Amino acid sequence: MRFVLKTNYHRDVALFRDKVQFSWYASLFLVVLCLPLLSGSYVQSQLTLVFLWSIAGAGLMLLVGYTGLISLGHAAFLSVGAYTHAILMELGVPMFASIPLAMLLCSVLGVIVSIAALRMTGIYLAIATLAFAMIVEKIVKNWSAVTGGNAGFKVPPPELFGWELNSTAYYYVCLLILTLVMLCVSNLLRAPTGRAFIAVRDSEISAQATGINLVKTKALAFALSAALTGLAGTLLAHQWHYLFPDSFSMITSIKLLMLVIIGGLGSMSGVVFGAIFMTLLPDGIATVREWLPDYIGNLPGLEPFTFGLLLIAFLIFEPRGIYGRWQKIRLFFSQFPLYRNKTFRRQKSFLRTERVH
Amino acid sequence: MLLEISNVSKNFGGVAAIDEVSFSVASGEVFSIMGPNGAGKTTVLNLVSRFYDVDTGTVKFVSRDITSVPPHEIARAGIARTFQNIELFERETVLQNLLITQYIHRKSNVFSELLFLRSVRQQEVHSRRVVEDVIDLLHLQRYREQFIHALPFGVRKLVELARALCLKPKLLLLDEPSSGLNPEETEDLSFWIEDINKDLGITVLMVEHDMNLISQVSDRVLVLASGQSIALGTPSEVKDHPDVIDAYLGT
Repeated sequence: MRFVLKTNYHRDVALFRDKVQFSWYASLFLVVLCLPLLSGSYVQSQLTLVFLWSIAGAGLMLLVGYTGLISLGHAAFLSVGAYTHAILMELGVPMFASIPLAMLLCSVLGVIVSIAALRMTGIYLAIATLAFAMIVEKIVKNWSAVTGGNAGFKVPPPELFGWELNSTAYYYVCLLILTLVMLCVSNLLRAPTGRAFIAVRDSEISAQATGINLVKTKALAFALSAALTGLAGTLLAHQWHYLFPDSFSMITSIKLLMLVIIGGLGSMSGVVFGAIFMTLLPDGIATVREWLPDYIGNLPGLEPFTFGLLLIAFLIFEPRGIYGRWQKIRLFFSQFPLYRNKTFRRQKSFLRTERVH
Repeated sequence: MLLEISNVSKNFGGVAAIDEVSFSVASGEVFSIMGPNGAGKTTVLNLVSRFYDVDTGTVKFVSRDITSVPPHEIARAGIARTFQNIELFERETVLQNLLITQYIHRKSNVFSELLFLRSVRQQEVHSRRVVEDVIDLLHLQRYREQFIHALPFGVRKLVELARALCLKPKLLLLDEPSSGLNPEETEDLSFWIEDINKDLGITVLMVEHDMNLISQVSDRVLVLASGQSIALGTPSEVKDHPDVIDAYLGT
């Protein structure tokens, strides 16, 4: 077991618990930095996708995992981000300007959606966001003069300051942006605004009693979440080369939600775990397909079926997601052989009056 | 007068939860509200902390009319409260629960927080100083890094009290602070309330059932029955009041 002695408040405010934790993150960063030198282009493009889904997941995690507002319509922000960015670039706006503009548009849309969110929670909010996503999807499909409709929209190649980025350069751009996003979100979560999000998630009534404005806080959460998911959309556009309305359907929204649930609600590392899982899963399914007998292996619905099955399995057996499992394994080894199975079980508390019934 | 409630009524459907109740709490006193179940005690607290709108009447705090102030402004005005059924932020540690209170004093905005500028860092360090003082006061050191959902009921009550104190209120509203506590914990609670009142100079308005606790700590008691005030006075005066005995025991 490792004990952390905090001798001043700055230690408590710090982003990393101690030097050991920092060096783990630093070495992970170094490994990811060197990977393109060692691996082929396939691994590199898969990793780029992991980075991009992590950015999108970070946006949704802020909303679902930290503010407790559910969204089944985040593909809409992805789509608005991607199309806005691609269209602006086509019009000649440079990449470093069009990405912030697309993010701004997404956050404005997020605030508009949040107006609905103020009156709804849980399943009702999920349905409202779903409706929003469908409206966006229909607009993208039918406004073909601008978006290309079902024929698709060819995304201009990524270009920074006159340099066209090849896939390795793009890998580093995405890595850099992911690192910045993770740092910024972690910063926010250790500051008053992040705590206000958590307060709204855990008890709205108490949040109000401690002086938190629910309307503003929820609007801010939606705006930030939409901006980050929009950012992921702008970057995904280049990775996909062509944009189709169907790439941003309800399935994409559900996959994003799965990503944050399987990764582990309420943890930023969970986002990355979830993104790795979601990127590897189709490959895994393709491999398993070959081993299975033809009459099962060739079933067209195998992939969505596996996704659904895994989601249910996670919700039943590990509601804290991959991050929660990781924490348990780590604690098991650090406390070995004294680990108690029930360490993570929530204690139910009853008032005397409730016990009578 | 710190808090003045004049002719306040509140109806839920056809039921008059509070009917033309008036009372005022002087600065520095411990004021208790007692009464049988359904007398409207908690409703009074919810009206003061603005979770409910009053139907008629006015609520004044430090001679400012707070009858229609939004609920999130109440903490900034100087009123903090605890809840009967504990409303803590369950999935966070004790320390984080207390730090949330510093939200109202923040000078940072989202952008400075995203970058965690020097000013934000200093603000965070300052927040910890404020919170640690309260942790010291209520002896919560050993629970500092523990998650709320792993704490026993009595400690959670204490954490809620600590959270209210971190807001540095002028008026502290306690909703049945002794419910769910054993006699020993209730004894401790009465000392905390005295300390808070005498040492920190915070005025306390509490809703309570436990007559022992009320007699030990409060200066004045208001007795409510079916939404109407039936007696107001020192604990011993109220205890022997014929209407109060009627309300509790029936005629």
